[in-house]
Amino acid sequence: MDKEKEKKGFFAKLKEGLSKTKKNLTEQIENIVFAHRKIDDEFLEELEEILITSDMGMETTMDIIEYIKQEVRKNKLEDTSEIKNVIKKYLVNMLEEHEDKEPVSGQQRVILIVGVNGVGKTTSIGKIAYRFKEQGKKVIVAAADTFRAAAVEQLKEWCTRADVEIIASENGTDPGAVIFDAIQAAKARKSDILICDTAGRLHNKKNLMNELSKIFKIVDKEFSEAKIDVYLVIDATTGQNGIIQAKLFSETCSINGLILTKLDGTAKGGIAFPIVNELKIPIKYVGVGEKIDDLQDFNAEDFVNAIFE
Amino acid sequence: MFENLSDKLQSTLQKLKGKGKLSDKDIDLAMKEVKMSLLEADVNYKVVKTFVSNVKERALGSEVMESLTPGQQVVKIVHEELVKTMGQQGESKLKFNPNDITYFMMCGLQGAGKTTATGKLAKKLKKDGKKPLLVACDIYRPAAIKQLEVVGESVGVPVFQMGDKTSPVTIVKEATKYAMKHGIDVVIIDTAGRLHIDESLMDELVQIKQTVKPEEILLLLDAMTGQDAVKVAETFNQYLDITGVILTKVDGDARGGAALSIRNVVEKPIKFLSVGEKMDQLEIFYPDRMASRILGMGDVLSIIEKAQDAFDEKQAIEMQKKLKKQDFNLDDFLQQLQQMKNMGPLEDLLGMIPGIGQNKKLKDLKINEKELVFTEAIIQSMTKKERANPNIINGSRRKRIAAGSGTSVQRVNQLLKQYDDMKKMMKKFSSIEKTMGKKKGLGGMGRFKIPF
Repeated sequence: MDKEKEKKGFFAKLKEGLSKTKKNLTEQIENIVFAHRKIDDEFLEELEEILITSDMGMETTMDIIEYIKQEVRKNKLEDTSEIKNVIKKYLVNMLEEHEDKEPVSGQQRVILIVGVNGVGKTTSIGKIAYRFKEQGKKVIVAAADTFRAAAVEQLKEWCTRADVEIIASENGTDPGAVIFDAIQAAKARKSDILICDTAGRLHNKKNLMNELSKIFKIVDKEFSEAKIDVYLVIDATTGQNGIIQAKLFSETCSINGLILTKLDGTAKGGIAFPIVNELKIPIKYVGVGEKIDDLQDFNAEDFVNAIFE
Repeated sequence: MFENLSDKLQSTLQKLKGKGKLSDKDIDLAMKEVKMSLLEADVNYKVVKTFVSNVKERALGSEVMESLTPGQQVVKIVHEELVKTMGQQGESKLKFNPNDITYFMMCGLQGAGKTTATGKLAKKLKKDGKKPLLVACDIYRPAAIKQLEVVGESVGVPVFQMGDKTSPVTIVKEATKYAMKHGIDVVIIDTAGRLHIDESLMDELVQIKQTVKPEEILLLLDAMTGQDAVKVAETFNQYLDITGVILTKVDGDARGGAALSIRNVVEKPIKFLSVGEKMDQLEIFYPDRMASRILGMGDVLSIIEKAQDAFDEKQAIEMQKKLKKQDFNLDDFLQQLQQMKNMGPLEDLLGMIPGIGQNKKLKDLKINEKELVFTEAIIQSMTKKERANPNIINGSRRKRIAAGSGTSVQRVNQLLKQYDDMKKMMKKFSSIEKTMGKKKGLGGMGRFKIPF
């Protein structure tokens, strides 16, 4: 794939959403920068307000404000116009700190996709499958959302579009059984990547979380020779509840990556910052639309730049 | 949903309650904490500011300062302001066209839970004696039509669809013809999820609106949405002049700030709460009850309504007679259990009982609904004679019952013990009732004693 073109597409799409809402983060910050020449308490309080309205949460917002205060003292900053870069630097550092830079091995891979209802799990899987397929990998998809009406049909349609194989069963069958079958298929056909869909579940539903833990155990036990990734899908419009989602899903099956979806809207996924910061999980992909190529590898600098563009 | 928010607000207000006199500083401090907990609950920043300043103004006024219990008074003010923020009584009623077919239009972002809520609404309307039709206008998402068909089938409501190649406006027009031919009185239109900034898709909604002039345009909003919720609602409202909001995924543990913000910013009422994946889990939204729940004051009214919904009036009167005469047998016990199950998940009910919200032990209690299944199986494995007169159940009968129900003798013993305890309790209750005379204070609850 053309790296340069892809980067541009990601940028453009992220910005598209922003440009349509007048009250975006940057403009708000520029407004207060314009209104206050000096960095004082009043300025910081207004800044705090803006950060909170971007879903970053109380804690992260306070951390940022604290960092700004330090930087101001250390570098004797006075002009408010320098603030934007200070925040950007802080956020990029935060995101990059938790990126894992492990080299890609030739091992077989399993990716388990989990999350609450309606965040875009199935759509993301369609896109991921397409990406790997484009890279010349052999992909198998497991349709283990056997609960929601027509979830399997939806995934089948995506797999047809991506031209990859799908292992599915009827609605209502045990998702663990579907995963088991898919693992056997992945072994037999020596696939490079097995991507498993799961039913959306609210993280406070004990029974459903137990079911997920069982699915995870099956993967762990039956496919121990593969590299296992569990990605949590988070909707960019999610508020502070996202942190609890990430915590509880992490406790159930060790999440090692995030997929941030629906970034083509007006919400810019501020919730991702506290999640990355508190749970030390890197963002892997970002979803920016409904088309099959609307999924991009995550890049901290691009992401922060797009928010502050 | 609101538990976390109510925990925080309660602990803040608890500190005020005990005080004999409140200083400005006390109130300042409390309000700062209230502000924080509301922000952490995703309540819109502007709404929080207005809310806090309203409460503060009133709290510093004479109604509190001259009161003997200023702390209580502040709690009362917070409650009143919460209700005010969330809307007025009776706003949640749906509007119908008395002369012709009524149209409801469902819209929202992707993944908000439109199709599920559409099914629930259809079920509710059907229960109310309407003849609804579901119209599949999501021609974009793969398998969306199929999903609506499955949902429609599960609630026994017909689904009108024309595949994914016809434009939604045409589909709606054809659906109208179909509705007229088949005596349908409410048409519910399920539209595709869309971003509020997608102009061409928003225009499509406007066109649908112009075609059928719906009585209700309902925006579906995920309860977990953050500060963006207000922006979404505002934009949908600008395009469509929505008539109300259905808050979805309320059974999650999000603090539900959106509920507090929407009514205030968009000035459109929240009409329903969608609380689970079962088709009967759609609740009418009552601002006052919700405010009580947030402040841990319980929501007894909703329990009573649920009970009235689930219980058969005749049976209940019958039961009451039996209780009075104390010839309550295992058959009745089973009947009560089954009615309890009709009221929905027990955990939901517990959450509405006043005081439980604050009780740590009870709050973490997870009721195992499977237990009920065992109990049912055990009673159903008994003979008629045994059910009518449990005293005859001896050792060998117990063994047989255990084998028949696939449980153990211990479980059978447990159940019989429970039944005995309950009978004793009933005795006490009926004697209390006698001494107290017939007070009406408990509403309908006296009839529906919980069988465990």
